[in-house]
Amino acid sequence: MDKLRKYWWLIGLLLALGVAVLSPLASPHPDGLERVAEDEGFLNQAQDAPYQIIPDYSFPGIENEALATVVAGLVGTAFLFGLGYALAWLLRRRSERATGSPQHGTDAP
Amino acid sequence: MHIPDGFISTGTAAATWLASAGSVGYAVRRVNRELSEKQIPLMGVTAAFVFAAQMMNFTVAGGTSGHLLGGALVAILLGPWAGMLVLTSVLAVQALIFQDGGLLALGANVFNMAVVGVLVGWGVYTTLRRLLADRTWAMMVSGFVAAWLSVFVASLVAAAELAISGTSPWLVALPAMGLVHVLIGIGEGLITVGVLALLQVARPDLLALRQPSNV
Repeated sequence: MDKLRKYWWLIGLLLALGVAVLSPLASPHPDGLERVAEDEGFLNQAQDAPYQIIPDYSFPGIENEALATVVAGLVGTAFLFGLGYALAWLLRRRSERATGSPQHGTDAP
Repeated sequence: MHIPDGFISTGTAAATWLASAGSVGYAVRRVNRELSEKQIPLMGVTAAFVFAAQMMNFTVAGGTSGHLLGGALVAILLGPWAGMLVLTSVLAVQALIFQDGGLLALGANVFNMAVVGVLVGWGVYTTLRRLLADRTWAMMVSGFVAAWLSVFVASLVAAAELAISGTSPWLVALPAMGLVHVLIGIGEGLITVGVLALLQVARPDLLALRQPSNV
């Protein structure tokens, strides 16, 4: 149980990755804004991006559509975990440096 | 609700970029003083979950779908400033790597979802928590209403940007965007409450980190 409490974030990350794995099941319908743009006739004003890395949540070079979506989802989810973690770590370090001592050295129980 | 390039004018794009940059800069300064050690992995997990959940479109009605925006959820879990930074990270990665949402329109998308969505979600949640009893049901009701309103208000702001840009008339854009997001907001509310309920059972201490009384 102690281990479970310590590694709760790993469980959270696995849950998020699990959602990404299920992403091929997502509704294929246009979202709210796309629907409005279609109905009101301004969808054709949308411009393509100047470059493409992983367009349409489909990892390039994978023929199977569902697999390409899953891989794109896993890559993005893992990347955002790293980015969110790194951002929080950097911000906290900066605040510690700024005050000369850890402000929240221990978490309140 | 990710606006692609071409839907909003250069002026609207510039104004929303400035507003978003200012808000995110302020959030960086505020969050510096507020981050606890537990929030470091929580920020990572929240960013990962919001990204994954935003891929999970759900059908609302008549061939239209929506997905979680997460403004209220990140605000409840992390507070408004860290929440704003998490949602901004998600939107930036979606625009830069996944070509979801325009680059010029990134300022507008951050403004609508990460600034307006998070602040509305946070304001509604903290207000309702103060008004209602300190009970689990009150947390769920507050979370649902905050999530629903954050999506609804964000959609109206997006509609205003379209109208100001001359893309769609005010009297068309506002009701059209508002109506469809009345429905999408219900999905937002249900997912938000689902995550809160899961955390309340598994890790109530994480929710206690950001009780309104601790702000």
